[in-house]
Amino acid sequence: MKKLLLSGILLFGLVFPISTPLSAEPFHRKVDSLLISTTDHKKFKVLKQDFKSGPEVTKACLTCHTEASKQLHRTRHWTWDVPMKKGERLGKKNVVNNFCISVEGNEPRCTSCHIGYDWKDKNFNFRSEENVDCLACHDMTGTYKKLPAGAGHPAYQATVFEKKTFPKVDLAFVAQRVGHPDRHNCGICHFEGGGADAVKHGDLDNSLLKPDRELDVHMAIGKKELNMTCADCHKTEGHQVPGSRYTPEAHDTHGFDYPLTDNNPATCSSCHGLKPHKKLKKLNDHVARVACQTCHIPFIAKERPTKMWWDWSKAGKFDKNGKEITKKDSSGCILYVSKKGEFRWAKNVAPEYSWFNGEMNYTTFKTTINDKKVVSVNHPDGAANDPLSRIWPFKVHRGKQPYDPVLKRFVKPIVYGPKGSGAYWADFNWDKSIRKGMKNAGLEYSGKYAFVETEMYWPISHMVSPKEKSLSCKECHSRSGRLQNLSGFYLMGRDTNPFVEYFGLLAISGSLIGVIIHSIIRYFTVKKLKKAGGL
Amino acid sequence: MKKIYLYARFQRFWHWTQFLIISVLLLTGLEVHGLYNLMGYENAFRIHNLSGWGLLGLIFIAFFWYITTGDFRQYLTEGNLVEKIWMQVRYYMIGIFKHEPHPFKKNEISRLNPLQRITYLMLTLVGLPSQIIFGFIYFYFNELVALGMNPAWMEPIALIHTLLAYLLIAFVIMHVYMTTTGHTLTSNIRAMITGWEEVDE
Repeated sequence: MKKLLLSGILLFGLVFPISTPLSAEPFHRKVDSLLISTTDHKKFKVLKQDFKSGPEVTKACLTCHTEASKQLHRTRHWTWDVPMKKGERLGKKNVVNNFCISVEGNEPRCTSCHIGYDWKDKNFNFRSEENVDCLACHDMTGTYKKLPAGAGHPAYQATVFEKKTFPKVDLAFVAQRVGHPDRHNCGICHFEGGGADAVKHGDLDNSLLKPDRELDVHMAIGKKELNMTCADCHKTEGHQVPGSRYTPEAHDTHGFDYPLTDNNPATCSSCHGLKPHKKLKKLNDHVARVACQTCHIPFIAKERPTKMWWDWSKAGKFDKNGKEITKKDSSGCILYVSKKGEFRWAKNVAPEYSWFNGEMNYTTFKTTINDKKVVSVNHPDGAANDPLSRIWPFKVHRGKQPYDPVLKRFVKPIVYGPKGSGAYWADFNWDKSIRKGMKNAGLEYSGKYAFVETEMYWPISHMVSPKEKSLSCKECHSRSGRLQNLSGFYLMGRDTNPFVEYFGLLAISGSLIGVIIHSIIRYFTVKKLKKAGGL
Repeated sequence: MKKIYLYARFQRFWHWTQFLIISVLLLTGLEVHGLYNLMGYENAFRIHNLSGWGLLGLIFIAFFWYITTGDFRQYLTEGNLVEKIWMQVRYYMIGIFKHEPHPFKKNEISRLNPLQRITYLMLTLVGLPSQIIFGFIYFYFNELVALGMNPAWMEPIALIHTLLAYLLIAFVIMHVYMTTTGHTLTSNIRAMITGWEEVDE
């Protein structure tokens, strides 16, 4: 009995291993300030000027960093143009999206997130070296802000835009305090994509400036937290930032990037390897078919609501006095604005899941669309029977946007511009703004427009939760779990075969009923025999 | 009425350990299959896998015992098997209600009737091993796919494993009921615990 008890305890220990909490070593060791850089930019004479504009600062930078602009000219951050294998051209400049629809025609507004100065229209000179904006990414003071509609320029004079004040920037002060990009440098565009905090990605917003570990285990700030910044994963060499959404890596088969690297250091496996689960090794069986993000990012937009729906067709309504309408919910999220239409938001929301092999199928402005159903602006390519595909989480942004119902193509309206220019946000006339946008882009327009429902897939990679908070098995391995809409494969706990279930039920219930009937007959026949004195 | 020693200590240990392991396997397996929520998926999954190893180990020990002791002969039959099985089936279908004597007497040399012999032999040589093999193919699915197995086999393998589990439950139900058909309702179960069984002289 003692032995049995002992082996029972032993078995229990095997089944429920006693876990020890891992304390995170800070990712960045504290070093003497002298050891951070061999250069103190405050000591350069060329930076002690009364700079009048951004390009003047860049010229000063280029006196030492002579090849910097040439490096940047080769980045997607500069070109906003990504030629793809199949011949289509993606990149911010070219793609359709279901937020503000298109960059082209709206440049001075959109290019406030371009790493350059002066991209006002399609005549922008992409070979200009002085128009590369060094400070947007290298400002360490937090005082350098591009104007929302300044074609990439900061406020050279104090400016008010949409009730927000932008104080005059002290360019020399900023230029003397430059450093490696920190999270606020990347965040100013990537956290506020779509025009405001948290709008676009769902897994990138300003809450990542000072997150706790529940929000993002890597970027968490505080004692014993990792305190990693964007560039720790998006390890950049020669200004080429890896980890682009246009050429994502859905399945890193290389694993650890040390000592030998592959071309993408931003994948989870680059640091965690291909067998990341040390204690529960069986979990590693998932790695081939499930992206790390799927289980380890159980929710997105954890703290701030992200936009889930944008219906342009509702735009253009005014109140009784002919004034523009703005409706907000109790938490301050905008539900309706006359300029843009209707919005819906969601906070702490579960992503949607799809097989993904790293190829995104994009609908471009030249693609013929099927307007009978919801049009995918982009759609992850992949399938269960494709060994390169893994199950990935996505934020799916849905909405309605204008299209040409005759030519069956998306249209490019001009939304931003002064009154009388035909821009929708000034004149509220779809036909004019589309006509003008299409002419500007050199695209055909039938003269008719309508609205079509669209969806856009944003792969999720950030806001990784601590491991205790990752998805439990049951979230997917159950009848109506998170993966209930994915088909083409057997998922334990989710899938049953009706034949097996009914046959099993029949076998079990049949033997039960048989046994019951048999015992009843036995009971009565024996009783009868006893009565008859046979026993 | 006399008492005979039918089940050696190892046989009783083997029987009841196997009963325990199979119960745990069924309990956890059906939870993992999504039929109910008892101990949580993670625990069910882990205990199921561990028990699978346990059953495999036990079966190896049992095979070793049966081969080395020669007791495996208890599962073999001679003569017209169909006729003998039919006699036993006829007894359960008709004779038992007339309180006829068992067609085959139990003694130390022959403790199993022909129906038991063939059923247990098939269970031990075919049923449980296939269930274990399919379970282990499922357990080592990634490794086998890496060795060239077709990944599309996952579904059929899982389905066969599930079906065999259901059939095993059906067997257990009938098996337990059959234990009540001895000299008294509990004499068979007592024998499996103590080793000694009361039989008709």
